Amino acid sequence: MSRLQAQDVQVRLGGRPVVDGVTAALESGTVTAILGPNGAGKSTLLACLAGLRRPQSGRVELDRDDVLAMAPRARARRIGVLPQTQEVAWAVEARILVGLGRTPFIGSSGLSIEDAAAIDRAMAAAGVVDLADRDVTTLSGGERGRVLIARALAGEPEWLLADEPLTGLDPGHQLDAGELFRSLAHDRGKGVIVTLHDLSLAARIADRVIVMAAGKVLADGPPAQALSPDVMARAYGVRARVVEGQGGPLIEIVGRGG
Amino acid sequence: MPRMTCRRTTLLVLGILLVLLSLVSMAAGRVWVPLSDWLNPGDPRWSIIFELRLPRTILAIAVGAALGMAGAAMQGYTRNPLADPGALGVSSMGALGAVLTLYLGAGAAEPWVITSFAMLGALVAVFLLLALSGRASSIVTFVLAGVILQTMAGAGVALALSLAPNPWAVNEIVNWLMGSLADRSMPEVQTALPLIVVGCGLLLMIGRSLDALTLGETGARSLGVNMAAVRWMLALGVALTAGASVAVTGVIGFVGLIVPHLLRPLVGAQPGGLLWPSALGGAVLVLAADIAVRLTPAAGEVKLGVAMAVLGGPFFFALLLSLRRRIA
Repeated sequence: MSRLQAQDVQVRLGGRPVVDGVTAALESGTVTAILGPNGAGKSTLLACLAGLRRPQSGRVELDRDDVLAMAPRARARRIGVLPQTQEVAWAVEARILVGLGRTPFIGSSGLSIEDAAAIDRAMAAAGVVDLADRDVTTLSGGERGRVLIARALAGEPEWLLADEPLTGLDPGHQLDAGELFRSLAHDRGKGVIVTLHDLSLAARIADRVIVMAAGKVLADGPPAQALSPDVMARAYGVRARVVEGQGGPLIEIVGRGG
Repeated sequence: MPRMTCRRTTLLVLGILLVLLSLVSMAAGRVWVPLSDWLNPGDPRWSIIFELRLPRTILAIAVGAALGMAGAAMQGYTRNPLADPGALGVSSMGALGAVLTLYLGAGAAEPWVITSFAMLGALVAVFLLLALSGRASSIVTFVLAGVILQTMAGAGVALALSLAPNPWAVNEIVNWLMGSLADRSMPEVQTALPLIVVGCGLLLMIGRSLDALTLGETGARSLGVNMAAVRWMLALGVALTAGASVAVTGVIGFVGLIVPHLLRPLVGAQPGGLLWPSALGGAVLVLAADIAVRLTPAAGEVKLGVAMAVLGGPFFFALLLSLRRRIA
């Protein structure tokens, strides 16, 4: 089992604290969703956890190693990141784009048979096998999102840190991707951390929910506990109620105001 | 056609073209020397071939390859198909560096001094370019940064011209601005070739990182790419290749702009995979252009840099038009 731990992480941007003293220990084998209003510091925290951003104070440890002290390639093999921007600069085929996920493993000799197998598995898992030969820049936003998920899976990292991976996907593919994240965590023992905006989706796919507001952790626990009306009121300034739906709890936003 | 087959075919065709054009380049000119006469050292034309045309041919290949690869690498790093040492002022800044050596006194006319200054000018230009365009690397800021560099280099050269100590210096400066391969000899090859080889080596080493940059800077960093190292290797690689080229031939623009753009549909758009083909394509383009200017009937020889600009200007314009959608 692996453990990714933030200790009193603080990030300031232009004098304003964006992440303000966050401490959280994340464990592999679970799906953790980070929620919160715009500007709550979700993406910044995720970047710190991924070792891509140096906090002004505090530290992030992966199994007791400082992530910032790890060699970039070694870190990239263990922590996979799916950035929020769906940037793809060149008109390359989907399979080539997914292959970029193998970058931390590629030596001078190019893609090995092992690499090719990992690419195949990742594309199958993300359901994009039929898009393999398509030029990524001609895909729809949702298709591109799924190809990029496959890209993040191709490195087969112990940890997958995804910044709003479900945005832009239709409901069916949101469900597929959610199931994929759950199976990565529960069946394969990976650590999955996702930032999300959809509360009901978070309640459905996450084992643990961290709600952030103004850079601080407002609530941290199982969805039923962390997504309480009281927390929703304080985080988003909305009145919400939890309805038991058929597929899981639904968070209904009743209106503005706490 | 499957991508790999298409890629191999393209490289093969370019390789064959390069060999054929090299032979033509050795044979063609004011005096035609058929292949049958090449191996007869007693023939007076032997020295034309081996003392004039051989260095010229080697330089055309080396400079073309250098500029092609530098353009492809800059485009990969900036994720911008308009990046090119010539179009964005890197070559001009290199030329300015070379021009400035004329003011350092007679002792500074040594080839290595001129070459060092040209590379220094190019290095400064690459860093200014990266600093001016920032991290956003939008196409517009990039082109504007290039305009600023061109203007700065132009102003510097204009100043150098007006302060020129003698007509000989004026002539020399003009030669830097309009690149040419005429009357080059083996010492120039010996100066430029090793630097170009090292520069290309540096650029080839960052090929995989350039591939990863397809996913943006965050994406590349998350894949273990050390961006600071890549930036330095790119800057040094471009400074060596473009700087050494400018030092021996003057400014030859647009090679790095035209070649990767034409090759992308044939060998794939992956920036790292485009480095070798662009070097090959650049060599073919410069060699072909040099043969063309040599054979153009004119009182004097048309300068190669001028010919490339005549070809490249409209190409740049067309490329910009085709990118309008992305820019808007």
